[in-house]
Amino acid sequence: MLDSTPREIIARTGAVINPAKTCQPIGAMYAALGIHRCLPHSHGSQGCCAYHRSHLTRHFREPVMASTSSFTEGASVFGGSANLKTAIKNVFTLYNPDVIAVHTTCLSETIGDDIPSIIKSAAIPPGKMVIHANTPSYQGSHVTGFSNMTKGMVNYLAEASLENKREQVNILPGFLNPGDMREIKRLTALMGVPFIMFPDTSGSLDSPMSGQFNMFPKGGARVEAIRDSGNSSLTLALGEYAASDPAYQLERKCLVPAVVLRTPIGIQATDALIMALRQHFVAEVPDEIEEERGQLVDIMTDLHYHFHGKKVAIFGDPDIVASLTEMVLSLGMKPVHLLTGTPNTSLGGAQGNFEATVTAMLEDAGLAGRVKAGGDLFELHQWIKNEPVDLLIGNTYGKYIARAEDIPLVRVGFPILDRGVHSYLPVVGYRGALRLMEMIDNALQDRVDRDARDEDLELIM
Amino acid sequence: MKTDRGETLLKARTGFIRTKGERMPTQSCEADSVSGSVSQRACVYCGARVVLNPITDAVHLVHGPIGCASYTFDIRGSLSSGAELYRYSFSTDLKEQDIIFGGERKLAAAIDELVQKYHPPLVLVYSTCVAGVIGDDLEAVCRAAAQRHGIAVLPVESSGFAGNKSEGYRVACEVLMRLMEAGNSPLPAMEPGINYLGDYNLAGELWIIGGYLRRMGVKLNAAFTGDSSLKALQTAPAAAFNIVQCAGSMGYLAKRMQERYGIPFFHVSFLGLQDSADSLRLIASATGDEEVMARTEELIAEEAGQAEPFIQAYRDKLSGKKAAVYVGGGFKAISLIKQFRELGVEVVMIGTQTGRKEEYDEIHNLVEDGTVILDDANPAELERFMSRQGADLLVGGVKERPLAYKLGVAFIDHNHDRKHPLSGFEGAVHFAREVYHTVCSPVWKYVKQGG
Repeated sequence: MLDSTPREIIARTGAVINPAKTCQPIGAMYAALGIHRCLPHSHGSQGCCAYHRSHLTRHFREPVMASTSSFTEGASVFGGSANLKTAIKNVFTLYNPDVIAVHTTCLSETIGDDIPSIIKSAAIPPGKMVIHANTPSYQGSHVTGFSNMTKGMVNYLAEASLENKREQVNILPGFLNPGDMREIKRLTALMGVPFIMFPDTSGSLDSPMSGQFNMFPKGGARVEAIRDSGNSSLTLALGEYAASDPAYQLERKCLVPAVVLRTPIGIQATDALIMALRQHFVAEVPDEIEEERGQLVDIMTDLHYHFHGKKVAIFGDPDIVASLTEMVLSLGMKPVHLLTGTPNTSLGGAQGNFEATVTAMLEDAGLAGRVKAGGDLFELHQWIKNEPVDLLIGNTYGKYIARAEDIPLVRVGFPILDRGVHSYLPVVGYRGALRLMEMIDNALQDRVDRDARDEDLELIM
Repeated sequence: MKTDRGETLLKARTGFIRTKGERMPTQSCEADSVSGSVSQRACVYCGARVVLNPITDAVHLVHGPIGCASYTFDIRGSLSSGAELYRYSFSTDLKEQDIIFGGERKLAAAIDELVQKYHPPLVLVYSTCVAGVIGDDLEAVCRAAAQRHGIAVLPVESSGFAGNKSEGYRVACEVLMRLMEAGNSPLPAMEPGINYLGDYNLAGELWIIGGYLRRMGVKLNAAFTGDSSLKALQTAPAAAFNIVQCAGSMGYLAKRMQERYGIPFFHVSFLGLQDSADSLRLIASATGDEEVMARTEELIAEEAGQAEPFIQAYRDKLSGKKAAVYVGGGFKAISLIKQFRELGVEVVMIGTQTGRKEEYDEIHNLVEDGTVILDDANPAELERFMSRQGADLLVGGVKERPLAYKLGVAFIDHNHDRKHPLSGFEGAVHFAREVYHTVCSPVWKYVKQGG
């Protein structure tokens, strides 16, 4: 399909071709699904909500519930206040969630609906609550939307109710799959540190089959837990773009110190997470974790010659691509093209500097490569045409480039629309790194086998 | 199935749900969704994009923030025998400053760049919610671009808030009318053919029906819009008559073409053996050509003869099973009731997102007593009635799939995520096989054990 992409790169000013990001509201919807018994609410046209639900459903292969204000022509002229109030009333009557998490859309942002004052004047049953986040689609990306909704949780829920902080850590996992959130919780529990994770979509978007449809599955961060996050002695924000802004907000609001780490993909970023927990909570690293790390290092040494010197292109969400870059560098690979659709820091928009972070990693490794925030897949394809790679790592949209250039694709990130299981198993932590190594190794070695002539086909590799 | 929530139905929704055989007011439909409902419906842009997307040689440029383009990046399974340009995702990716100062200049630049890069004969510029609210003059930008480049550049006024998906269909049909008008150069003297409206060549379905028409000796001018090109669409006004498959999306275009070009139309359906045969006969007799009619009978005998043993074999496995149907339009729903009957499967719950009153009347006549009929259902309603009616299978779209699975109910995608062509005799066999594969999969056994 992409055979016609020209090699010559000409600067564009008007059009994005084949986007490598999507809009804020879907990230906000996903984050809201990480609160227990919460129904995300899309304050905009019906289509936004339908598209977000479809997209999330395709990625997670789970029912995704969210309601919409169903804007009409009238609402977009006179404002959507009446729609939202009706919606809040109907949602509590019909679906009975504990929390409604309202996010805006480009439409309601542009017409300027004042969500806090609408919420204040809405009829909310006792014991129930409505929170909100502003998520204009024309700023940042879906990652920004995830961050903004997480910040909304801090704004509405977190409270510093104790004089002294508790020995517990807040973990803001960033825009990760439920399988990853589960793994981070497992590691933290193994460290023996009490924790509060929010949002937490494990048990919500990877819920087991029960023969029943539960509109509100067992998982998700409890409201009381998020409230108590103001009493924690530390917040670990995993990912600059997806988690730092809410962590700093929690610091400002409740004086919980924030530490921003990379998404724990690969040995270095996972070490950083474990060390942060150890240092702040004077915890011993248990044998189980030592063993997992040791196994990872063992496999890295066993297979290093499969990886060394292989050129790789990586695209996707900025926090994920940064950590993947660090990981492939640790394997001796050469990440030469690194691209995210999410733009660099902007006022009210994304918080993070992908280009600076990743360029520094390349410089440390003595490598040169193309690095871009706010790019699109057309440009990535042109880069690959100009400097071919052995491997592409990214979401499902990479399959067109992989096919056009005949390179293997390892699927990591969001969205993955053409394969299953990915959202259940981690890429984070030492175990996740093992899994990623297996995925990358299989892709590379399958290609060697495929391309080998009969006389060159090796049994032992 | 016990759920506290499941028994709560909004009063505002009661008119939209009825059970055949019970005394109830007539079916409510064609209304706006209730604010706050978890509706399975989409917007104007979605409807317009769905109809126009299969025009394969067009640049489909979405004027708005990135989302609307991202969610429609090659999601429809409409296949092409030629150009692949329609599978790209193009967006002006409007940013904050564009919202404040207007996006017209960016749009004009985007059109220029894309035309230079891809040399398309047609650029379609889709308006989104924001483009509509900030008041960008798409018409003017498109007119100027058309003059600059000497190609067709047309706005699609598909701001999401202007209605639901049906409104989007209407908007798309108006664009198609304009495309045909723009091609008003004298048409070459050609044998009168027919146009096939409301087929999007999902999984190659158009190619099956096109093959039948060829064997019957009926010329196909243009399909709307499956596997179409600007050039093919512009031959449409020369047709002798139009056949309409998806009435929800294309009924309006058929009426407009009748008014404008005097082209008569009738409805066809190629779902199931009976509807396929009936529709082919209808087409043959409309040509008034005895030879065509004879060839059609031969074709039906041959194709149905090949399909029937398969259908019979699947019928043996599926007989007595119960199906629930929740699809976009009413016409498809009607066909599915008949098609399931061919498989010995009873439809116990049926609903649509955008069905019209006359379609609901026909559905009501077709189904057995006790069948639940619902309009614009939400997941809680689907869950409640699927469980209550004891459905073994749900037919629906992307959002319904995991819902069915969670209930331990089998599922068929009859929307754009379908993987096999479901049209014609061949499609009927695919459909039966898909139903069999899902309903008779061993996995359900583990669910029932309490999974």
